[in-house]
Amino acid sequence: MTLDLDKALASMKQQLAQYCQQHHIDNPIVVGIHSGGVWVANEILDAVPTDEELATLDITFYRDDFTRAGLNPKVGHTQLPALEDRHVILVDDVLMSGRTIRAAMNEIFDFGRPASITLAILFDLNSRELPIRADVVGEQLSLKSNQRVKLSGPTPLAVSVIETH
Amino acid sequence: MKLRISNGRVIDPSQNLDAVIDLFIEDHRIVAMGEAPAGFDDAEVLDVSGKWILPGLVDTAVALREPGYSQKGTIASEGRAAVSGGVTTLVCPPNTKPIVDTPAVAALIQDKADEAGMANVFPIGALTQGLQGEQLSNMVALTDAGCVALSNHGHDLASNRVLSRALEYAATHDLLVVFHPNDSSLSEGGCAHEGMMSTMHGLAGIPETAETIALMRDLLLVEKTGVRAHFARLSCAKSVEMIADAKASGLDVTCDVALHNLLLTDEVLKEFDGQFHVLPPLRSENDRLTLIEGLKTGVINAICSDHQPHEKMAKVAPFAATDPGMANVEVLLPLALRLMDEGDLELDQLLTALTVGPAACFGLEAGSLAVGSFADFVVFDSTDKWIWDQSTRKSKGSNSGFNGEQMAGRVLQTYISGQRVYSLN
Amino acid sequence: MMRSDPRALQLNEQGQLKHFLTLDGLSKEILTEILDRAESFLSMGEQSVKKVPLLRGKTVVNLFFENSTRTRTTFELAAKRLSADVINLNIATSATSKGESLLDTLQNLEAMQSDMFVVRHQDSGAPHFIAEHCSPNVAIINAGDGRHAHPTQAMLDMLTIRRHKGQFEGLKVAIVGDILHSRVARSELHALKTLGVEDIRLVGPKTLVPEFFRDMGANICHDLKAGLEDVDVVVMLRLQKERMAGALLPSESEFYRLYGLTEESLSWAKPDAIVMHPGPINRGVEISSEVADGDRAVILDQVTNGIAVRMAVMSMAMSGQVQEQQAVGDEG
Repeated sequence: MTLDLDKALASMKQQLAQYCQQHHIDNPIVVGIHSGGVWVANEILDAVPTDEELATLDITFYRDDFTRAGLNPKVGHTQLPALEDRHVILVDDVLMSGRTIRAAMNEIFDFGRPASITLAILFDLNSRELPIRADVVGEQLSLKSNQRVKLSGPTPLAVSVIETH
Repeated sequence: MKLRISNGRVIDPSQNLDAVIDLFIEDHRIVAMGEAPAGFDDAEVLDVSGKWILPGLVDTAVALREPGYSQKGTIASEGRAAVSGGVTTLVCPPNTKPIVDTPAVAALIQDKADEAGMANVFPIGALTQGLQGEQLSNMVALTDAGCVALSNHGHDLASNRVLSRALEYAATHDLLVVFHPNDSSLSEGGCAHEGMMSTMHGLAGIPETAETIALMRDLLLVEKTGVRAHFARLSCAKSVEMIADAKASGLDVTCDVALHNLLLTDEVLKEFDGQFHVLPPLRSENDRLTLIEGLKTGVINAICSDHQPHEKMAKVAPFAATDPGMANVEVLLPLALRLMDEGDLELDQLLTALTVGPAACFGLEAGSLAVGSFADFVVFDSTDKWIWDQSTRKSKGSNSGFNGEQMAGRVLQTYISGQRVYSLN
Repeated sequence: MMRSDPRALQLNEQGQLKHFLTLDGLSKEILTEILDRAESFLSMGEQSVKKVPLLRGKTVVNLFFENSTRTRTTFELAAKRLSADVINLNIATSATSKGESLLDTLQNLEAMQSDMFVVRHQDSGAPHFIAEHCSPNVAIINAGDGRHAHPTQAMLDMLTIRRHKGQFEGLKVAIVGDILHSRVARSELHALKTLGVEDIRLVGPKTLVPEFFRDMGANICHDLKAGLEDVDVVVMLRLQKERMAGALLPSESEFYRLYGLTEESLSWAKPDAIVMHPGPINRGVEISSEVADGDRAVILDQVTNGIAVRMAVMSMAMSGQVQEQQAVGDEG
């Protein structure tokens, strides 16, 4: 199966602009989750009504699977501005179980209390394990159990479906 | 009782002998070689085709730990370890508890050794009372009780004056003194050769000068007093030169080296393994090669195991906190043969340093298979490859840097005075 | 056989840290990962909650056989910022003069189901000994052993250098003072070499700078001016008072006169050279107050970086343990 990255991104941008307008979200902080989320956030940043620079979040230290998997081999950096009472748009490439988003929200709250968090996702795999649902979804996918979405980037940003064994 | 040892390869450096030849034994001694003498037609025959027959080894340093340290070893346990390694004659140090500074302790050790029926045991007596370095021991009484030499076993004497007098007194009675050259003010606190490895690993070093300064002083005092001297456990290249010079100038001295100092260097420190904590320490490759060279040229007279068994906990600690010493007497031969495999030493040079060499240092009637000698000999399988581990170990101490290693060659049987005291199977 | 190279002992089968015993033999990649992770912890300083849940439920035991409140405190803070539970044990040296009781102590602590020991010990190689004799799933972190190694201190110094100088290639670094007794100097030497510093100078009198360090790739200078000429980084070591009693030096004042870092001697280094010191400082012995308090000194940065580096190392070693146990679990 092939995925249309451009179409999914375009859909995200259009929904985001609309969402911000509808919910009166002005000058939000866009936060990309390392690594794929940062790449996606970069692509859609211009659709968001904000003057803020892109913020990044590395959730390595907040994951719930440390005792099973250890540390993520990639070292990312968390760079968040003061976010007390600010609107946050949290961006990630793929929504699977929802555990990454849970960790990301915990980390965000350790930096302060945001006014709101909006979740924007490029691909939603519809395999939630936690009650976490995206507000903006580029494309809904239904994959077989052995299939995974793999994003590579940042330039060129590309996406493919890989089969695991 | 008559015994014929048949078809073995008899290697005896004391006779310059290396040949397949029969040995004939009667009344504890070797009575003939080659052709059977009269009356041997009905003798018991031991066919040792394909095996080596060697003189029983003479080890100048086997600590038996008895009396006083039975948690480390006993005369019976270490005697058994010795004969299983082919050692039929051994010299044991005076650092027991009580110390060998009375005839009673010297006699006790020999009685227990006789009772155990293992190797011939010759104690070294203390040079000063309690090894305290102040008052002279009763040297003559100790010698009469069987001590083959006197030594302060590396413990300092109160002063050079006391040392000088002790040597003069020993010289008066033509007694042999064993020196462990060590300037304790230089070696104090050290646990490893002072060099790149100890520096890098932060282990306090023992400089070469700790040995050489003491050795130079001792040689000067030997020259002055005329005492018979044996230098034990040399570890430095420079020491070999100094002994060579002393011998060349006509001084009557002998010396030995511990086998581990010939096989290992301070390179092993990188593992921080207390099994390699020995004194004197494992030194540099240059030191090791010079010691081997000293054996080739005959400057060094003997190789010893420097057998020092310990209880397990003595080595279960960080390197510097472990007790020094290895217990290798039972693998003396296979370990020593490694020196040949590396192309370093000839078989006869090696065996000289394990038999007739050490026997001569201490004036012992041992280490030879010449007709008339005591029938102390070893049946050795030079082809057997085996693993030395806890299941094959004989000594009470399991402390060694060679634990678990493969050994090439194995003692099959050991005879003392014509009696079998050890058999592998 | 109880024999293992400490350099191999501290890595799991995937080549990741599972103990942290020495920098000797660690790859540039691992050292860089430690620095990168430490940087990501540094950014935590901006958080209102200065704590991450990474080691939640894990028990870290600070096992100090040698007193050092400063080092112990930074490890404690690092562990707490990783949400671990921390127990501090100061064990008098007299009780553990023999290995027997050291082993007993360890077995007791293992029974408490600890996950990590942070070890400070007066004997070189003690953490290595503990790593060999401990149950396999306890991570051992060396917090200083004898004269051998102090790898977290060296890595926090590397982080301080990288944050000020950007990279390591081409730097000239001088380490001044009592190199002989310094575990920090030994670990720094390994780290600097691995990270690409070619000009490492050890400066001091012969009694404190043995020649053997030359074989480890260092340049030896007995003259402070030659040692500091054109360097980018000056590391001053603490001079212990015992050294005078050991006849290694005549007096503090003579040492200060010859090797003390003053405004004048610092002028021999590059104009932007930074000055580091593992602390605590002896003012007027190895360093003047003016230099210690001056803007070239980055001694307080070192303290901040120390917590981040210790968090990085603790999380990496715990991760390596977790992954190894996972691998064992998969096989069974």
